[in-house]
Amino acid sequence: MAAELPVTLTSSRTETPARTDPRPSARTPSRTEPRSSVKAPSRTETRPSTTTPVAAVRGLTRDFGRRRVLDGVDLEIGRGEFVALLGRSGSGKSTLLRVLAGLDPGAEGEVEVGGTVAVAFQEPRLVPWKRVLANVALGLRAPDPGAAARAALEEVGLGGLRDAWPLTLSGGEAQRASLARALVREPGLLLLDEPFSALDALTRITIHRLVLDLWERHRPGILLVTHDVDEAMLLADRVLVLDGGVIAHESGIELPRPRHRDHPDLIALRSTLLDRLGVTPEGTA
Amino acid sequence: MSAPAVDAGMRQRTVRTRSRVPLLSATTWQRLASPLVIVILWQAAGSTGLLQERLLASPLTILATAAGLVQEGILPEAIAVSLQRAAIGFTLGAVAGVGLALVAGLSRVGENAVDPPLQMLRALPLFGLIPLFILWFGIGETPKVALVALGVIFPLYLNTFSGIRGVDGRLAELARVLRLSRTETITHIVLPGALAQALVGLRQSLGVAWLALIVAEQINADAGLGYMINNAREFLRTDVVVVGLIVYAILGLLTDALVRLLERRALSWRQNFLSR
Repeated sequence: MAAELPVTLTSSRTETPARTDPRPSARTPSRTEPRSSVKAPSRTETRPSTTTPVAAVRGLTRDFGRRRVLDGVDLEIGRGEFVALLGRSGSGKSTLLRVLAGLDPGAEGEVEVGGTVAVAFQEPRLVPWKRVLANVALGLRAPDPGAAARAALEEVGLGGLRDAWPLTLSGGEAQRASLARALVREPGLLLLDEPFSALDALTRITIHRLVLDLWERHRPGILLVTHDVDEAMLLADRVLVLDGGVIAHESGIELPRPRHRDHPDLIALRSTLLDRLGVTPEGTA
Repeated sequence: MSAPAVDAGMRQRTVRTRSRVPLLSATTWQRLASPLVIVILWQAAGSTGLLQERLLASPLTILATAAGLVQEGILPEAIAVSLQRAAIGFTLGAVAGVGLALVAGLSRVGENAVDPPLQMLRALPLFGLIPLFILWFGIGETPKVALVALGVIFPLYLNTFSGIRGVDGRLAELARVLRLSRTETITHIVLPGALAQALVGLRQSLGVAWLALIVAEQINADAGLGYMINNAREFLRTDVVVVGLIVYAILGLLTDALVRLLERRALSWRQNFLSR
């Protein structure tokens, strides 16, 4: 098994940096803006985020040159919680994911991640000279990596392609293999970096179902970075909007899955989120 | 999205059937025609006395000479000697070239130590070193082997080094996410990723190896193909000279084919992609 990973980047920074932002309270959105919540009457269990978080980020800052992309982000992901992170392009959502993945040493702030972290990237990033099975088993510290990898491939419906070369796979197949490679590590935190954005609409629907299915069976905490509002609402327990370098909005969604995008609560939430993302809703322009 | 249970083997079989062509197509025959005409004209010029034997022997004479040289055991022995020189020189050069590329490619310190002197040496003309080599190593086997080895080092070093450095940075990131150790990263990601480029270097270095051997064998050899050719020149035996040249060419083609076979096997993951 991979080693446990409580990563602390820099815990020394306690002062809030001088801010030019006219809305100083934007950093703690839960106080300035009531957390909107879409409730389903049937759901009784407690919110997963109230348990021990699988990832905790406090005061995370990241500068690229003179541009501040993350400006004191606070974020907690509960054990088994499905969180979607929305943001315009360039809003720093992928940067935040890379920090959690341990791929960005240049960020400042406090980052704690419990358990194994696995990542599915936007491009599947399969190693082209390894067959699908070897890709899934790569670096796997399990008693029998081959058997675990075979089981994971069966689970994502790729059992028949385990000996195929990655370059012969379709986009959807490659993304399934990438998911299998992430899940076979039994991660406490699964980071999904827009892994569905390059897929065609039909494939995306199938993969959405697969991800929900896998999440319900393995229950990793998930951070899904996306720019697709519908995708975020259909999948996540909680939708966050990253804007101006901070989490500017947060909505809990407690509707049972599978959800329908025409649900009245989701229609209302959609226009809120689009508004938050700077897209003026139709008819009000 | 295609059904997840498509049989990969099936897919490959279809491809292979499609790419099968008759052994010798019409185009192939057309392409064979002009060389054939040239050989026939050459033979005609030789037979009619238009082309004097001391300038260039005719094809049939050359064939007969080749058969005779094989029967007398002269040609096989010469080939064995030359092959041995090429093999020893190539092996030494390949080990050095790949080894230095690994040192330079896998660490910054290694690069700073190894790359500057190699870039300096690379600027020297290979065959211009022959006088020095004779002074250092005499006129025996050593200067010949050394010249081949030195010629082999540079193409292999340069290509393997750039192959290692050219490995996709996103795969290096993947290695970090998968928590691969340094050794695992090198064996699973870096070296296989550099292989394609290293094989290009291998083909180039084999070309240089034969060239270096031919030049080296002109200096004071007492055995081998170069000796056979030089000896024949003294007696105006152009037929023997041409036999020697043809053997050099065949050896070069054979080793090149060997590398291409190696490429096809080692890079089959890419071949599959290309044939789709």
